[in-house]
Amino acid sequence: MYKKTLFLIAAFLLFETIDAFAQQSVESSPENFMTSEGKIYVVVAVVVTIITGLFIYLYRLDRKISRLEKSK
Amino acid sequence: MLRKYWWKLLAYLLLLYTAVMGFLVKIPILDGRLQQTIRNLFFHVPMWFGMMILLTTSVVYAIKYLRNPLPKYDAYSTAYATTGVVYGVLGLITGAIWANYQWGEPWSGDPKQNGAAIALLIYLAYFVLRGSLQDDEKKARIGSVYNVFAFAMLFPTLWILPRLTESLHPGGEGSEGNPGLNGGDLAPEMRLVFWPAVLGWTLLGVWISTIRIRIALYHQEKSLHV
Repeated sequence: MYKKTLFLIAAFLLFETIDAFAQQSVESSPENFMTSEGKIYVVVAVVVTIITGLFIYLYRLDRKISRLEKSK
Repeated sequence: MLRKYWWKLLAYLLLLYTAVMGFLVKIPILDGRLQQTIRNLFFHVPMWFGMMILLTTSVVYAIKYLRNPLPKYDAYSTAYATTGVVYGVLGLITGAIWANYQWGEPWSGDPKQNGAAIALLIYLAYFVLRGSLQDDEKKARIGSVYNVFAFAMLFPTLWILPRLTESLHPGGEGSEGNPGLNGGDLAPEMRLVFWPAVLGWTLLGVWISTIRIRIALYHQEKSLHV
């Protein structure tokens, strides 16, 4: 469980680093996908992340109750 | 059904679709009044649809309990009522945010706002009533009876009373058709996002309810074995 959490944090940090590097070249290339259309894709990414996070949380809660039901 | 995963995955996929298409789908710009805020249709309105479906499920189990008093029916009924009320509160708050920028103030005493608030207060009394009873059987029986009465007031306060008078919401006096059921007014590409959004948000509410149900059932069984 903790390994998985650590993995997720590591993956997130890696993603953020790549993203930071990517952003340095943003100014020179106005064709960047994330900054096009008035940067609306940034909002989409945030909402998708929140929904994914909530569903992972619900899934883990679900599994926890399943274990509880089995143990009785 | 409680423990199956396919519909939970479906809920996730539908809400991912809603989150992406809700922001990206082309919307018709009519007269500059609503502008981009019409995208709230994919987030604010499904709260109410979800609430109505969850509360309807709740009253079905309340009636089931009254016909055959098994404690599990009461667990189902309470869980769906709780999630339904949470959705309603979220609908009220998101509506106030939208209204603040659309109608100039968060609460303008619009008949539909008032009706929704009354409906929620009636349901809040359901929890007060249950909380005030000690005996589990009494709690379940009186709670179920009250649930039927609360449900009987739900649709009049949301759909009938607001339409008999002038309303800022669509469908008030003087406007044509039924805004809730006549989707013909909605641009077809928005309809393709709206209905998946309703289903996705509702399934999420069902999932949260089933987790509450399973906790309640676990406690019920445990108290039998002690």
